[in-house]
Amino acid sequence: MPEKLIEAPTAEEIAAGVETEFSYTTVLKRTAVRRMYFSCDRRSIRALCQYLKDAFNFEHITSLCGVDWTDRLQVVYHLSNYCTGMVIEITVDIPNDDPRIDSVALIWEGANWHERETYELFGIVFEGHPKLERLLTPQNYEFFPFRKSYKLRGQE
Amino acid sequence: MMPDDRTMWITMGPQHPFSHGLWTLKIRADGEIVKDAEPVIGYLHRGWEKECENRTYPLIIPMADRLCYSASMTWSHVYCKVVEEAMGIELSDRAKYLRVVADEMCRIQSHLMWLAAMGTDLGNLTVFLWALRERELFLDLNVKLCGQRLTTNYPRIGGVRNDMPFYFERDCLRVVNRFEKMIWELVAMMDESSIFLSRMQGTGIISRKDAANYGLTGPTMRGSGVDFDIRRDDPYINYDLLDWDVAVCKDCDSYGRYKVRMEEMFQSCDIIRQAMAKLESIPKTEPTRIKVPRRVPEGTHFARLEDPRGESLMYLVSDGTDKPYRLKVRSPIFVNVSASKHFVNGVRIADIPAIMGTLDMCLGETDR
Repeated sequence: MPEKLIEAPTAEEIAAGVETEFSYTTVLKRTAVRRMYFSCDRRSIRALCQYLKDAFNFEHITSLCGVDWTDRLQVVYHLSNYCTGMVIEITVDIPNDDPRIDSVALIWEGANWHERETYELFGIVFEGHPKLERLLTPQNYEFFPFRKSYKLRGQE
Repeated sequence: MMPDDRTMWITMGPQHPFSHGLWTLKIRADGEIVKDAEPVIGYLHRGWEKECENRTYPLIIPMADRLCYSASMTWSHVYCKVVEEAMGIELSDRAKYLRVVADEMCRIQSHLMWLAAMGTDLGNLTVFLWALRERELFLDLNVKLCGQRLTTNYPRIGGVRNDMPFYFERDCLRVVNRFEKMIWELVAMMDESSIFLSRMQGTGIISRKDAANYGLTGPTMRGSGVDFDIRRDDPYINYDLLDWDVAVCKDCDSYGRYKVRMEEMFQSCDIIRQAMAKLESIPKTEPTRIKVPRRVPEGTHFARLEDPRGESLMYLVSDGTDKPYRLKVRSPIFVNVSASKHFVNGVRIADIPAIMGTLDMCLGETDR
């Protein structure tokens, strides 16, 4: 646990904190007004999320989604802070042949359905998720419709 | 069912008067008391995000309208906003204030639709009729501004479709001023009814900490005392230049969410009036729309704004072509309904419609 909670952190404080705690796995890509963009290794995503929540008061996960880059999969997190209106975007790359990542549903319950949705549409398995089942599509679906290998009409 | 377990699973919906759209709430009931609940959605899933990958950027605006029929203006707005951010476009002031007016009109009519639905949930059909009567005037304004009542198709990438028609300002202010008086009738009918109060106060309690953790947004969250509104805390289209208050209620129950929505309608009236005054000072010759390129430069961008129902976010991945590579929609109701277990835990079955009614369900954006 971090020593103290900074309720309204500035971008510099967050960058410095993440830099010392996760220097090997997390890279700050760019910053803008009330925006920060990180890229993270998939092994440390849960620890990073827990750290951002505990140390910098990111008590709300806005969204979580998958992207299929054909050569790899990606999960994108958007975390937000109520005091400053800051949003942190974290991208995590996942190899195609082992689509697994740690779940953050136990950190924020709001991530629960986002992860279920990403699982059913992209086939990314969130390890440690309390109930990883299909949500929008029928239970007997055998494919992941949002992957790029699933072609739409006229997309051949 | 376990032999000594007295509970049973009851399925409410998809054809149930409380479910405002196609979804199911499975509840585990012990007699009259709800012990557990599980929402089931997906009946309307049409692969919206995937469908967008097959369309050029301008063709997605009318699709974004159809995410939610009563918040069509804000949905096409958030879509245009994310594409503008990806292109690095700054709107003209005139376009910004026109969007403010359109968004706030949309917020009022969406909240009135919620109030009407809430009335029927509680068996008060007069509220339903009166709220829809007021809403009709805002829909008429929509017709004047963009030619459509519900699926407005008004925002464009780089501005809005057209400037205000003649006498729109006069009509809009008339409607707003009249509405501010008439809304007191609605408030009186709800707030002075002890039946309404006894069904709303003290039910569906969500604490401030839980509201943040469950990912609740919008009036549902502000009804639990979270003082956060994207219009104020992460301002866009000149909301920071207008003077208004965020409606917050610390009651944390159904009544708190009701009060927040009612207060928001008053604030929206105020915002419309101020935006109209600002529009007055901007010359009519200022363009309402900038010409934009067909292609979006490569990169990832996101935009968020305050929908009538909560925080809507779109995440755009563009690969340099004229079609999006991926477009993710973060729907506020998708997350709010996922917490419905916590809303109804421990209440009586008869209270479920009253509690879930305060969420303002819209299934088009939930299932996408």
